Amino acid sequence: MIQWLRDLLQSPLAEGSGGVAHDTAPPVRVRARQGETLAKQLALVIDLNVCVGCQACVTSCKQWNTSGSAGPLADMNAYGANPTGTFFNRVQTYEAGEFPGTDTIHFPKSCLHCEDPPCVPVCPTGASYKRAEDGIVLVDYDKCIGCKYCAWACPYGARELDESRQVMTKCTLCVDRVYDPLLPEADRQPACVQACPTNARLFGDIKDPESVVSKAIAERGGYQLMPEWDTQPANHYLPRRITAQAKPAAPE
Amino acid sequence: MHPAFSILFFTTLAGAAQGLLVALALAQLAGVATDGNFVLRAVSLGVALLLAGLAASFLHLGHKMRAWRAVLMWRTSWMSREVIVMPAYIGVAALWWLVLYAGSDSALARALPWAVVAGALLLWYCTAMIYACLRFIQEWAHWSTVANFTLIGLTSGSALACALAASAGQSALLEALAPWTTLSTLLAAVSRWHSLRRNAALRPVSTLQSATGIQARKLVQKSMGMSAGAFNTREFFHGASLLALRNVRWAFVLGLFVLPLALQLCALTTTAIWPWTWAALLQAPSLIAERWVFFAQAKHPQNLYYQVVG
Repeated sequence: MIQWLRDLLQSPLAEGSGGVAHDTAPPVRVRARQGETLAKQLALVIDLNVCVGCQACVTSCKQWNTSGSAGPLADMNAYGANPTGTFFNRVQTYEAGEFPGTDTIHFPKSCLHCEDPPCVPVCPTGASYKRAEDGIVLVDYDKCIGCKYCAWACPYGARELDESRQVMTKCTLCVDRVYDPLLPEADRQPACVQACPTNARLFGDIKDPESVVSKAIAERGGYQLMPEWDTQPANHYLPRRITAQAKPAAPE
Repeated sequence: MHPAFSILFFTTLAGAAQGLLVALALAQLAGVATDGNFVLRAVSLGVALLLAGLAASFLHLGHKMRAWRAVLMWRTSWMSREVIVMPAYIGVAALWWLVLYAGSDSALARALPWAVVAGALLLWYCTAMIYACLRFIQEWAHWSTVANFTLIGLTSGSALACALAASAGQSALLEALAPWTTLSTLLAAVSRWHSLRRNAALRPVSTLQSATGIQARKLVQKSMGMSAGAFNTREFFHGASLLALRNVRWAFVLGLFVLPLALQLCALTTTAIWPWTWAALLQAPSLIAERWVFFAQAKHPQNLYYQVVG
């Protein structure tokens, strides 16, 4: 009932200076500190060779998250001329190269769960945070004031304000799914990964060198988006091999 | 970026209020003879403008009742720092009003004009750093953002102080503030002109190639993955034509700097009242236009991902 009072009294102390001294063992820290290197970082690795742009990950993400702990995700004007809504995941399409040697590349994009997320320190309320235990970047919807500043601070456009709830939303990496002991082991994966018919989406811990994602990054040249801003995105993309071959020679 | 009118009004109203209070405080510190009643009325106008700015800032929030939470993250967030400094500054200004009203000559009364000046500088710095700290919005991530917020606030506030002093017949105050106003308008013009030139010459660091990692020389988007727009297309695009942007830019350069400077020179030579009034009246809409351009000119790298509907 007086949670807001507790937040006001505790928040700056508990989050900033690592908490007040306790006689007993210190409580488990939920939030990662700025610039902290985490032992575990969950992430997606997306294989651009096999994504066919079917949008199954988009609908599966929307279905899970609109009915899960991150939802509901608003759909405004759903049956009108200009429907718009909140999605955590979009599949875009690009065309690379000169005709006739062009490539159509489908490019799924969601929150990249940066290891140094620029959206987190700018949040004035502490609603945006990075989890210390697995590096997932999350929003506490009960603390978000809807100022949109975190969205300005994300170079990837990964955050979307939910128009009906007026809070910032983003990909949760299906945090309410990947740890759920009630689900069969094989289902404890993000909804988008499960839905992908071509296995273009891999999920795992990029800090574990033996994980499927670490191996894919190492063996197939996995790369990060906009490396120039030094945000260290956790999600990686596997480059298209055909595109690399079709790349034209030096300009004449 | 899409210019949100709540923020345009908030930053311009608060900026002008700070400039007005700084002008009055500097006049008092310099020992300029002024009518006590006039200063009281001018300070109350400053406080009222600050409160109006604060109210405008609330309109930007999705959850206004939770706004108090924004004070919590002052260790990392410039917005949090602004949220703390802004009400504190209103408190300082209100206290100054009270001390002037009581006619006190205590140590506090002598310290308050200094606090009003220092607080205004701190608040401008916090407000501007909200924008200047976003390193990938290249138009904003520069010292000129801080200089512009400060100098434009100073010039609009002191022009307002001059207009008020002229219409109230406070000739001593007007004489003292006139050179200050002209100087701050000149400095603001130079600083803003510099940032406009810098923006025009900027080369975006991020490209479609770095945004997607697809290393083809020719790369075009065929679909942004939605048919009718989303938060990403509403929040980060101003939606105006390039011609409109250019016209608004010229309008604010004229209305905020060129014409007020001409009017100020005219006032200095003729001792008429109307140029001061007109300078302040011209600046009011031009301030909004300037802030509109500040937002509209900022190209967010996320826009690379949202080029083509399909």
